[in-house]
Amino acid sequence: MESPASAPAGASSAGPASDAPPKTADRPAGVAPGMVRAPTSPTLIDIRNLDFFYGRTQALHDINLKIEHRKVTAFIGPSGCGKSTLLRCLNRMNDLIDGTRVGRGTIRIHGVDIYQPDVDVIELRKRVGMVFQKSNPFPKSIYENITYGLRLHGKTDRAQLDEIVEKSLRGAALWDEVKDRLDASGLGLSGGQQQRLCIARAIAVEPEVILMDEPCSALDPVATAKVEELIQELRTRFTIVIVTHNMQQAARVSDRTAFFYLGRLIEYNDTRDIFTNPANPQTEAYVSGRFG
Amino acid sequence: MNPPDHAFRPRPESGHRRERAVFWLFRMATYFILACGAAVFLNIFFKGAGTVFTASPPFINTTFLTEAPESLYVFEWEGRKREMGDREFRAFKEQNPAAANVKTESFVYSAGGIWPCIVGTVLLVVGSMTIALALGVSAAIYLNEYARDGAFIRFIRLAILNLAGVPSIVFGLFGFGMFVIFFGWNVSLLAGWFTLAFMVLPVVITASEESLKAVPKGFREGSLALGATRWQTIRKNVLPYALPGILTSSILGIARVAGETAPIMFTAAYVVRDKLPWEVERIADFFFQGVMALPYHIYVVSSKIPQNEYTERVQYGTAFVFLVIVALIATASILLRNRLRNRYKW
Repeated sequence: MESPASAPAGASSAGPASDAPPKTADRPAGVAPGMVRAPTSPTLIDIRNLDFFYGRTQALHDINLKIEHRKVTAFIGPSGCGKSTLLRCLNRMNDLIDGTRVGRGTIRIHGVDIYQPDVDVIELRKRVGMVFQKSNPFPKSIYENITYGLRLHGKTDRAQLDEIVEKSLRGAALWDEVKDRLDASGLGLSGGQQQRLCIARAIAVEPEVILMDEPCSALDPVATAKVEELIQELRTRFTIVIVTHNMQQAARVSDRTAFFYLGRLIEYNDTRDIFTNPANPQTEAYVSGRFG
Repeated sequence: MNPPDHAFRPRPESGHRRERAVFWLFRMATYFILACGAAVFLNIFFKGAGTVFTASPPFINTTFLTEAPESLYVFEWEGRKREMGDREFRAFKEQNPAAANVKTESFVYSAGGIWPCIVGTVLLVVGSMTIALALGVSAAIYLNEYARDGAFIRFIRLAILNLAGVPSIVFGLFGFGMFVIFFGWNVSLLAGWFTLAFMVLPVVITASEESLKAVPKGFREGSLALGATRWQTIRKNVLPYALPGILTSSILGIARVAGETAPIMFTAAYVVRDKLPWEVERIADFFFQGVMALPYHIYVVSSKIPQNEYTERVQYGTAFVFLVIVALIATASILLRNRLRNRYKW
């Protein structure tokens, strides 16, 4: 098993307590020694030796992965390879499924193990937002969709909410299309607009990380292009992890790409390297379209 | 030319005949059910309409709808056959002292009206549905949203299913033993409410669970992913959308609660009661009084008193009013449900 980007267990012990928040960590924490790559960012999410189970079935085997601050990281791989499972581990959405458990290993965000018993899942999910494969606007008005999360967290000042709604919709490149019908149902929007509404809803609560689980798989090419454009804009403010089936999409939007196969991380590297110069023959076979 | 010989040639005639026969079989079964339903309703309508409506203005028999049941006195006076209710007959005797010794026939409950029964039935329905919905929806939320599937939960579900199959008379007996005797509530509204609520609980729980299941998983995940707690998610983003379905189930519950006689005959129903339910001294007494109820009244006038042409009027009149009231309550619930449904569409 090969995981080139993450340092071997021995090497990473160079600083077990070195998973400091990104602000103070200005050294390239996520890089294995000797790798040649583009300018790096500090590690935000540090996954180590992660085993994950659905009941008795092991879905993830010994995953080691460092996700960098304010970069777009793409997870690619054939269906059932565990990429969505790993994504849903990052905000503990897997907790909702009966019989799932982390068998071994840790996921640290800002150095905090998010599977520790004293971690508040609510707080975690506020900081790690999510956009789903199937767009899921609530059957409420566009305005209420955006303010849903804010109201949960006690923001009720109308002027402040108005401001955040506009900011979020602008942030999701949806404002001009819906500004005249904020009171219309979110379900009246087109598929692509619905997905952007979901993105706006996610960024309204100001998370640090946005997880995207195949956000474009149900969209037509034009709507997909818009969402991809949006991801390019969001990368300056958020750390984005995107699961995608579409290799061109991964190539277009991401800085770093992780290739998964059968529950294992096969290769993790700069996106350009994964697609032009993969180190692993399986990766090469997948990105060149020979299987998957 | 020969008959067409190609891949799409018509089937032989016998195949067509069989197809048509089967089609007609199903069609006749449906029409038969329709006919049975129509027969029941029309019978009650025509026989009951004579009691409930009158030929002269205001065209509605207000006495029947607003008075308590009385005995009916039938006698001959000055060569004419007279029918009078108890009070009317007494007033008549005061005016005509000679009438005191007239030979009369009397028929219990065949005069007056059924107002106390209407009041009692409405009270029973409202109270028991409130209890059933509160308990049932809570249980459904627990089972569908919180409980993790396991042997214990499967056992609970099985118990609920079995409860749905228990005959209503058994619920009546249970209510009698539990609420009337053990809790010492006597024959009372409270005992009736709980007995009826328990009877419809399985229906309410099962249907509420189905309605909760019908709310897309994406609404829950979307809400939780924004940092909502489970309860916030359920309250704001699941329950409102499940409510129309829950109400639909409770409409069926209303019809059952209003219609069942067996559960209330030991627990809540009086054959006759002079006072109306709100004529109580203390508020607490309200809950511990028995009431008259439409289905029980029909039972009493149909099988507990001698039958004749006069009792038949009351029977069918009561049945008619009863159907109208159930229809009214159901219509109100349907309107409420439709309003909710229009508000939340997905």
